[in-house]
Amino acid sequence: MLKKVYDGSISYVQIMDEYGNVDASLRPDSLGDDKIIDMYKWMSYARALDTKVLSLQRQGRAATYAPLVGQEAEQIGSALAMRKQDYFVPNFRQHGVYLARGYPLDTFFLYWKGYEEGAVVGKEYNALPPIVPVATQTLHAAGIAYAQKFGKTNAVVVTYVGDGGTSEGNFYESLNFAGEFNLPLVTIIENNEWAISEPEKNQTAAPTLAQKAIGAGIPGVQVDGNDVIGVYKVVSDAIANAAAGKGPMLIEALTYRMSMHTTADDPTKYRDDKEVTAWKPRDPILRVKTYLTKKNLWNDKLEQQMADEQLKKIDEAVDKAEQFKPDPRSMFEHVYSFMPETLKQEEDAAIAENFWQTAGGAGE
Amino acid sequence: MMANMVAAINNALDLILQDDKNAVILGEDVGKDGGVFRVTDGLYDKYGADRVIDTPLSEAGIVGTSIGMALGGMHPIAEVQFAGFMYLAFDQLVNHAARYRSRTRSTRSVPMIVRTPVSGGVRTLEHHSDSPEEYYSHIGGLIVVEPSTPYDAKGLMIKASHMNDPVVFLEPTKLYRLFKQDIPEGPYEVEIGKANIVQKGDDLTIITWGTMVPVVKNAVTNSKRSAEIIDLRTINPLDESTIIESVKRTGRAIIVHEAELTYGPGAEVAARIADKAIFELEAPVMRVASASFPYPFPGYENYYIPNELKVQKAIEKIMSY
Repeated sequence: MLKKVYDGSISYVQIMDEYGNVDASLRPDSLGDDKIIDMYKWMSYARALDTKVLSLQRQGRAATYAPLVGQEAEQIGSALAMRKQDYFVPNFRQHGVYLARGYPLDTFFLYWKGYEEGAVVGKEYNALPPIVPVATQTLHAAGIAYAQKFGKTNAVVVTYVGDGGTSEGNFYESLNFAGEFNLPLVTIIENNEWAISEPEKNQTAAPTLAQKAIGAGIPGVQVDGNDVIGVYKVVSDAIANAAAGKGPMLIEALTYRMSMHTTADDPTKYRDDKEVTAWKPRDPILRVKTYLTKKNLWNDKLEQQMADEQLKKIDEAVDKAEQFKPDPRSMFEHVYSFMPETLKQEEDAAIAENFWQTAGGAGE
Repeated sequence: MMANMVAAINNALDLILQDDKNAVILGEDVGKDGGVFRVTDGLYDKYGADRVIDTPLSEAGIVGTSIGMALGGMHPIAEVQFAGFMYLAFDQLVNHAARYRSRTRSTRSVPMIVRTPVSGGVRTLEHHSDSPEEYYSHIGGLIVVEPSTPYDAKGLMIKASHMNDPVVFLEPTKLYRLFKQDIPEGPYEVEIGKANIVQKGDDLTIITWGTMVPVVKNAVTNSKRSAEIIDLRTINPLDESTIIESVKRTGRAIIVHEAELTYGPGAEVAARIADKAIFELEAPVMRVASASFPYPFPGYENYYIPNELKVQKAIEKIMSY
């Protein structure tokens, strides 16, 4: 006997193309032009923030930083699709999501300046701090999703992973757990085509990353990650589904890493500049600007006003973050829920020996 | 040739690939990019994509397939991009690489090298500055080496490639480009399991390795004491006899390492000194190490890693007995 026992396919969604044309048949009814202006502002804000941290890093005022430029649509589109109660589990490049979720920028800067105080995420934000080891957080996301189901909170967990991260075992394990337990988990692959120096084709023989959902028995979809409306739509639908008890979803957002992996990386070593140039017209912010300008909803004056306001808020947050003075005792006080005798001895010795003074403070 | 540690290891890998047709390099970004620290720079162009392999992003995958390659007759030299990401491959090392020889009574072996950058002091993000030598040294069956000079790095790498055992090769990022040394252009070996006496001394013995070697050297210079400095170079198996011989003569021992104090490698060294040289000791064995919790964010790292003054104070304290 020979019979087909499984048949699967993956769809691709794009609502606004790179010229600013909108596919009206797919545009969500709830999404008016006012909301598209909001999306535009948030994306511009995210880029302004990114530019600022990059410049701080170059001046030695921030540690190593992972730029987001080029990926604003998938981050803002998904962040705005999340409801307040939904839970956000990042990797290390979701600056736009934090921003649009109302996370305090001075705390954000503290993280990238290299202080644990920057990883303090208030409970009201329903989010974890950045997670640097690749794809390990996807399992935490599945666990948090289990807790939502268990506690009947109706919250959905949204987590992010890069194209490189899909090669990690933890990524598959998370999808598999989520499928098996029918968890309210939305996993977004930010496929920016590069894992440091390795192009996506180095990661897998699979023609799409979305189809990795099939092996876990959950639905997967591909979206133009530079189309903020498309991302908003697929993530909103996935959240609505999960909240209705219909289980997890894998979303592959096709975007491009316009800059370096981190400030420690030099892409000229392995990537042809022509490839970057070819992506410039597909910029996620540019196409929305084209759309709004054509409809007379946006102009240079509004642009300037917006940029000034955003920069002012960013600068205020930087100033606040730069007032921060680290206290080395905090390192010892947060190791356990209690102070072990031996750890106390180490702390006391550091004080008695005047070690922290002689250590010369933070290495900034 | 004058070489920093990056150039010395690059040169060693080049010689190994030239000499051993079954040797391959594999890891993330090791090919075209030449590694994030440029340790494998130029080798992809010279040996091609079959022998300098850019793998999918998967630490367990890199180490696990390396074990398979070794069992299949190849000689893999794996790179895990940072030690903090190597825990994903821990199962492969503990359960498989370390045990193949013993569980098959030496009918199977896993000749491979797993290279990874270790330790801090260079303001990296979280998880990029761990000193994990104690984790791997606890596992009998794995060899753990950690050079502190370009000369030792090259010689230990070539020696490691001649071992019929899994070798965890720890490379301190802080020392990658700290200084250059005149090293031979051709192949040479530095013995594994043999410590290096960096300088002779009579007042006390300081046992150290990795990033702490230059820190200890400066502290000793400033202290004006006659200290014997031993650079372990191989963390496991330990060169116990060199340590014991020295401590018996000086009567005082300090162990300095960047790894966390509690259950750190210093405890192992101290226990062996207590066992074999207790009657010659004139002071308690002392340890200088990082605080007993994982490496902090970079803004706190100077409060965490031992510095020269901390070592100097330990020297004064041990000499006051």
